[in-house]
Amino acid sequence: MLTFIGVDQVEELYREIPERLRLKRPLDLPEPYRSEYDLERYVHGILAKNVTCDDYLSFLGGGCEKHHVPAVVDVIVSRGEFLTAYFANAYTDNGAFQALFEYQSLMCDLLDMDVAGYPLTCGLHASGTAVRMAARITGRSEVLVPATMNPRRLQQMRTYCQHSEVARIATIAFDSASGLLDRRDLEGKLDSDTACVFVENPSYLGPIESQMHQIVEAAHSRGALLVACVNPISLGVLASPGEYGADIACGDSQSLGVHMNYGGGATGFVATRDLPGHIAEFPNQMVNVTRAGAGDSVGFTMYAYPERLSYRARELAKDYTGTNAALWAIANAVYLSLMGPQGMWEIGETIVKKTHYAKRLIATVPGVALPFSAPSFNEFVVNFDGTGKTAGEINEALLARQIFGGVDLSEDFPELGQSALYCVSETHAADDLKRLASALHGVTQ
Amino acid sequence: MSEQAGKLRDFHSARWDEPLLVELSSPGRRGLVPPGVEPEIDADVGDIATLVPGGVLRMKPPALPELSQPEVVRHFSRLSQMTMGNDVGNDIGQGTCTCKYSPKVDESLARSARMTDIHPLQDERTAQGILEVLYRTRDFMCEISGMDEVSFQPGAGGQAVLAAAAVARAYHKAHGQDESRNEIITTIHSHPVDAACPAAMGYRVTTLMPDERGYPDLEALKAAVSERTAAIFMTNPEDTGLYNPRIDEYVEAVHAVGGLCFTDQANLNGIIGKARARDAGFDMCHFNLHKTFSSPHGTFGPGCAALCVTDEFARYLPVPVVTGGPCGYRLDFDRPETIGRVKDFVGNAMVVLRVFSWIMSLGSEGLRQVAEAAVINNNYLARLLMSIPGVSMSFGYDERPRLDQVRYSLQKLCEDTGLSSQDLQRRIGDYGLQIYWTSHHPETVPQPFTPEPTESYSKQEVEEWAAVMARLCQEAYETPQVIRTAPHNGVVDRIDESFMVDESRTCVTWRKWQRMKIADAEVPPKM
Repeated sequence: MLTFIGVDQVEELYREIPERLRLKRPLDLPEPYRSEYDLERYVHGILAKNVTCDDYLSFLGGGCEKHHVPAVVDVIVSRGEFLTAYFANAYTDNGAFQALFEYQSLMCDLLDMDVAGYPLTCGLHASGTAVRMAARITGRSEVLVPATMNPRRLQQMRTYCQHSEVARIATIAFDSASGLLDRRDLEGKLDSDTACVFVENPSYLGPIESQMHQIVEAAHSRGALLVACVNPISLGVLASPGEYGADIACGDSQSLGVHMNYGGGATGFVATRDLPGHIAEFPNQMVNVTRAGAGDSVGFTMYAYPERLSYRARELAKDYTGTNAALWAIANAVYLSLMGPQGMWEIGETIVKKTHYAKRLIATVPGVALPFSAPSFNEFVVNFDGTGKTAGEINEALLARQIFGGVDLSEDFPELGQSALYCVSETHAADDLKRLASALHGVTQ
Repeated sequence: MSEQAGKLRDFHSARWDEPLLVELSSPGRRGLVPPGVEPEIDADVGDIATLVPGGVLRMKPPALPELSQPEVVRHFSRLSQMTMGNDVGNDIGQGTCTCKYSPKVDESLARSARMTDIHPLQDERTAQGILEVLYRTRDFMCEISGMDEVSFQPGAGGQAVLAAAAVARAYHKAHGQDESRNEIITTIHSHPVDAACPAAMGYRVTTLMPDERGYPDLEALKAAVSERTAAIFMTNPEDTGLYNPRIDEYVEAVHAVGGLCFTDQANLNGIIGKARARDAGFDMCHFNLHKTFSSPHGTFGPGCAALCVTDEFARYLPVPVVTGGPCGYRLDFDRPETIGRVKDFVGNAMVVLRVFSWIMSLGSEGLRQVAEAAVINNNYLARLLMSIPGVSMSFGYDERPRLDQVRYSLQKLCEDTGLSSQDLQRRIGDYGLQIYWTSHHPETVPQPFTPEPTESYSKQEVEEWAAVMARLCQEAYETPQVIRTAPHNGVVDRIDESFMVDESRTCVTWRKWQRMKIADAEVPPKM
């Protein structure tokens, strides 16, 4: 090959890199494992230091949740055709495009919205994207978010929105008894510069927001949009963003058939209604269905509204886009196809019941309190002030009993005292919940 | 050229004409039964309506399709067969994407429960395995870039560029110059995100055009830099495959006015271990782990970018940063000058695991071979393609070897035949090759195509690719109708692209497709 190219040494092909910019030594990297067996054994040895959420009983949530991943989902997303495709092309990868179109459609069915595109890299990215879209749609620059918001979401939003259409992010207080949004505070803060009211439902701290209709009405009466950030696995049983009149829905769909992967299962979504002014503000790719050939066949292709995308418009784009989490979108599509409306109802019902059962058991532990009265979907705050122990100490003691306690809230929400956020899923059996309650009895003494 | 290459494949793709899920749906079918609740729970908590107030329960079940499990498996398996992943196709045409083989052992490690079933907020002492992987891969990235600290949080290159723009903001703010330094300079051959992300962070963007040799105009840069310059964001080598031999002079020009220098290393593959961003004076760079470092792309993610910076900028990186020490590996959140975060948690950790395993299988010598094989393949392909009538090389087919890829032009062929690069692009799939990439926008090269034959392709596969291009060009001159009406044996017929210019035809969900079909049916056909 070198002879055909016309050089004697491969080094000659690097002659455009001046000597002064060359690395003149080999890279300093460990000796490689050349045999597959040796490599596998070595890496497994490192991974063995991880304790999984099957090894220990886990009540961790806070934006990443352990749910059952159906075998079918793993089979489909492991297929080499999907796994190793770079980016779908209309004439060679129409199957992947169709799968992504099915994802867009299924998500809109679940959310009761009309328009969705490719996924975003995670729920935080989706939330930041949604509020920037709201600011562009309304021409306004303030975003109102709940004071109970996921602190990582707020952190990402502040990073993402600096020097953007969103000039201010202000917080709305919450009712300390119910955990729900303080509507009087919201009314006071809504004004003619409010682009959107951003609501997490269920809230990061667990309560299902039962005032969505009133919040939507308040936002709309001041010309603001309502962005609903939802957990999609709740939507078989909980009212959908479309039902209560949200303008934009967003969130993370890791709960729909994607493994936690130490947070790598995250995948964001944004959906709106079918309004041209809204669709034009999506910064991400969308798959479009259209006619193919002379007959009745359909085909799928990319670039609905190509000029809004950064691939085309560069610095004139609405925002940036790029590689996201498309394989997990296919996982979501497979999951929702398997579940259907009945499956989504049943899993939602199971989670709600197990969560309330866990709450009842934990409420019997002396010194332990459940500060919020509002019903939960899958998460709830547990307060340990009455035990004289910190949330960190409780978690340490639970860890010794091979239990991952809830996410410690004491740093992010000091007003909640020594509290933790517990997450229950369909994977918890009654015995698991009793084991938690019994362990809490033990460690709080 | 080997004998094999002269003979093109008699290829036909799978074509299932697969209905939409909604069209397959039938009431009462289901694919999975989720776990229920034990009787003792039911007895204790009662009906869901007593637990959750009526107003917040869903009134109408979601309009999801109802399907049996075998239907779901067949549907998605068929769709996968209508997708040409790297495992089945030849992706040489997908330039700028660095398509390469992803070893299956890395995938099997990434699918192990010790990776998939760990929670990002679990106690660090119980996640030492993945933290070790993150920390040691960080060391590899430092060595390859010459930088000092790394964040794996960005989910892809674009997000790393966004983070780099935020770092530029944080740095200039710390030096009291955030308001005055409001411009970022990029080059037209840098990836579009190098313009879009600074703009998304509120910067004014200036773009340098290439000189006649294909390099960004250095004199234009010297004229453009000022006390308003926050940074330059540029790629090297650019998509032309040309390494810019004066790259350090660009860096010096920007540093001279107090600006920062970031290089988008999307095109690293040919120079791994040969030249490092730090050694050319850059302050920051990023690598796409899903391109150069072999993690599969999954049709468009999840990916991961390593944002690498010098010590001076480490304080601004997104949180958490993985640290190592005698007490084990930790996640450091206590970084007061951080930009915050661009993505949830530490990023796509399973991608980093695959990369760790890949590098541990190759070592320094293996990575040298990766770079060199990619460059040899590219120059070999260039020789083959340049013998095809109608094909030319952008910015001169001269003494300069190209590195990882080349942007070619079919302008001559287009002038001679009236057929465009996009016409030929539609036809290439008929020969069993993945559609080729034309160019990022705007197209500075007329009728472009950009192959990138990475180290993963054999001599025969490179030759096959060139032979198919030769056949396409021959068809363009001799039987142009074959190209004009392509594709002929692909997964789908020619697609109606009228929606691209008619926004009312945009349709991204089946809900709307049903409405459009009904509306169309009500319009009497034109006589």
